[in-house]
Amino acid sequence: MSKDNQVLEEFTSKEYEHGWTTNIEADSAPKGLNEDIIRFISAKKNEPEWLLEWRLKAYRHWTKMIEPKWPNVSYPPINYQDCIYYSAPKQKIAPKNLEDVDPELIKTFEKLGISLTEQKRLTGVAVDAVIDSVSVATTYKETLAELGIIFCSFGEAVQKHPDLIRKYMGSVVPYTDNYFAALNAAVFTDGSFCYIPKGVRCPMELSTYFRINAANTGQFERTLIVADEGSYVSYLEGCTAPMRDENQLHAAVVEIYAMKDSQVKYSTVQNWYPGDKEGKGGIYNFVTKRGICAGDGSKISWTQVETGSAITWKYPSCILKGDNSVGEFYSVAVTNNYQQADTGTKMIHIGKNTKSRIVSKGISAGRSQNSYRGQVHIMKRAANARNFSQCDSLLMGDKCGAHTFPYIDVENNTARIEHEATTSKIGEDQIFYCLQRGIDEESAVALIVNGYAKEVLKQLPMEFAVEAQKLLALTLEGSVG
Amino acid sequence: MLSIKNLQAKIDNKQILNGINLQVKAGEVHAIMGPNGSGKSTLASVLAGREEFEVLEGEVSFLGKDLLAMDPEERAREGVFLAFQYPVEIPGVSTVNFMKTAMNQIRQHRGQPALDAVSFLQVMKEKMKLVDIDQSLLNRALNEGFSGGEKKRNEIFQMAMLEPKLAILDETDSGLDIDALKIVANGVNKLRSKNNAVILVTHYQRLLNYIIPDHVHVLYKGKIVKSGGKELALELEAKGYDWVKDEVSVS
Repeated sequence: MSKDNQVLEEFTSKEYEHGWTTNIEADSAPKGLNEDIIRFISAKKNEPEWLLEWRLKAYRHWTKMIEPKWPNVSYPPINYQDCIYYSAPKQKIAPKNLEDVDPELIKTFEKLGISLTEQKRLTGVAVDAVIDSVSVATTYKETLAELGIIFCSFGEAVQKHPDLIRKYMGSVVPYTDNYFAALNAAVFTDGSFCYIPKGVRCPMELSTYFRINAANTGQFERTLIVADEGSYVSYLEGCTAPMRDENQLHAAVVEIYAMKDSQVKYSTVQNWYPGDKEGKGGIYNFVTKRGICAGDGSKISWTQVETGSAITWKYPSCILKGDNSVGEFYSVAVTNNYQQADTGTKMIHIGKNTKSRIVSKGISAGRSQNSYRGQVHIMKRAANARNFSQCDSLLMGDKCGAHTFPYIDVENNTARIEHEATTSKIGEDQIFYCLQRGIDEESAVALIVNGYAKEVLKQLPMEFAVEAQKLLALTLEGSVG
Repeated sequence: MLSIKNLQAKIDNKQILNGINLQVKAGEVHAIMGPNGSGKSTLASVLAGREEFEVLEGEVSFLGKDLLAMDPEERAREGVFLAFQYPVEIPGVSTVNFMKTAMNQIRQHRGQPALDAVSFLQVMKEKMKLVDIDQSLLNRALNEGFSGGEKKRNEIFQMAMLEPKLAILDETDSGLDIDALKIVANGVNKLRSKNNAVILVTHYQRLLNYIIPDHVHVLYKGKIVKSGGKELALELEAKGYDWVKDEVSVS
């Protein structure tokens, strides 16, 4: 191994920063999955009958499905009966406001750099904090309510805005969609809900922060964003989990419904525990994210920075149904050690003059495998559709892999599609050039990687772009090879 | 400032340097000339600490310190600068950002506080004038899509920014047209002082019309076979390297 290889190795083998646990008493369901467990969850959440029925239908459908085998990842079979499907931090009274929230919980989030208390709140960002299965606090609710914006936990939305939930839940990702979406529909516990009324531009970033704390627990949250005509919202999702030896399952669903001329920007900084250097433990991140540009002139933009999880399987997608609608996907996926990622997007062009743009930057280090999988589908009616895709892969060291699986289906001959792809290695020449200017090896790698990912990082809201940059450097620390 | 004694080095089991001896004092400009494959660029790389080259024997002392014991970044921070023959492209990283990172790490090494954005910009503006380089070039990704001349000028700009004690220019003249050559030479001349030294590695004499060396050395088969004043370069230009080669084989 050359010295550069050693440095890459050191650089990518840095410890996971959020691996601690909080000692919070939890109220949990017994292990396993059956109709009784689903009834238990539904009862715990005091849900209406129709929702329980929907869950049960999803469950029955799921039992007939088989786990997808097509992703370019491998893992031992998951025993779905060995998982806890509901775990809530035990709080003596249901918190009506932040003063009632267990101080341990507030401390947990503070340790993650997320302040739920009034005086220290991140300016301009409203946060919904979800721990294990439930939302513990949502900030800035009142300020947003004045504009008619609804931002609350999914559970609360079911109670307070059942009509909206009933109308839009499952409208973009039906429970029949895929194996993990069906599982989520059956057992989802909480998540965030957001509704932006007609013509309203949401004045702050909305953000959900997910934290898995309890052991042996899966996290199955659902997020639903509904943007009414002419509205705008920027939404951010962050997540971390403690270091544990066993694998934990995270199977979330995110649905975005964009009406005429509305715009939704959804950014994710995913930092679930990736497992240790030998590949032990880590989160299985099997997520379905999809948005529909239902109205003419609407736009949905996904930005993701994926650094965590033992396995990532997700394809944030856009259905471009409205004429002149726009879908975007910007992604940086970093894998290190034994991490595996199979991620990308689907752009389904249905409406006329629809446009989509895909920029994917994969970075593989250690012994990891990183795949881009993307589909661009131009349907018959989609006259003058445009797509531009760019898929770049960066390799660090010689034991990792990068793969690209682009699928293009065109049914209308007025479509114009461009696809560019590159694969490069982080060069010893580049590192030496930095060293010769007095820059140490770690900073050199951080500089090169951030430069490579710049086009995606600049899509993130300012505060998070800085965080994401640090995270990229941290994830790759010890990996210079 | 720099003292090289019996330096021997190899790459991939092939010995390239066969015992180099060289003394460079502050304020001096040394030109190292020689035919292709004589070891000129290897010498520059070994001094900068490129790891592909293995030092077999010899000593190099720089300002009283053992240069060979230092990591490449440490050498840079101590004041050794290499202007690359083939400057490297780093996509997405602007020269400005690159220089800021470098400068602040060097300052930290010297126990100086980091420069804030305003003072950094001031220094940059000053140095830009010195090498006649445009800010738009510096805002672009480092060397990406730069012409040969722009790359070399960017190297000299970086040298101006980092104010090295010893600058090694590795074939900085190669691939430059006469106008670019003049600009680059002009920049180097402005940066000359009694406190720093320059080693020019070059194949051709023409750069030495613009940067007048104090000493000229001829490298052949990994050894300095002839040293002299600036007139030696002219002699080489007139007679070619064969003359030196013959002299070596006779002795």
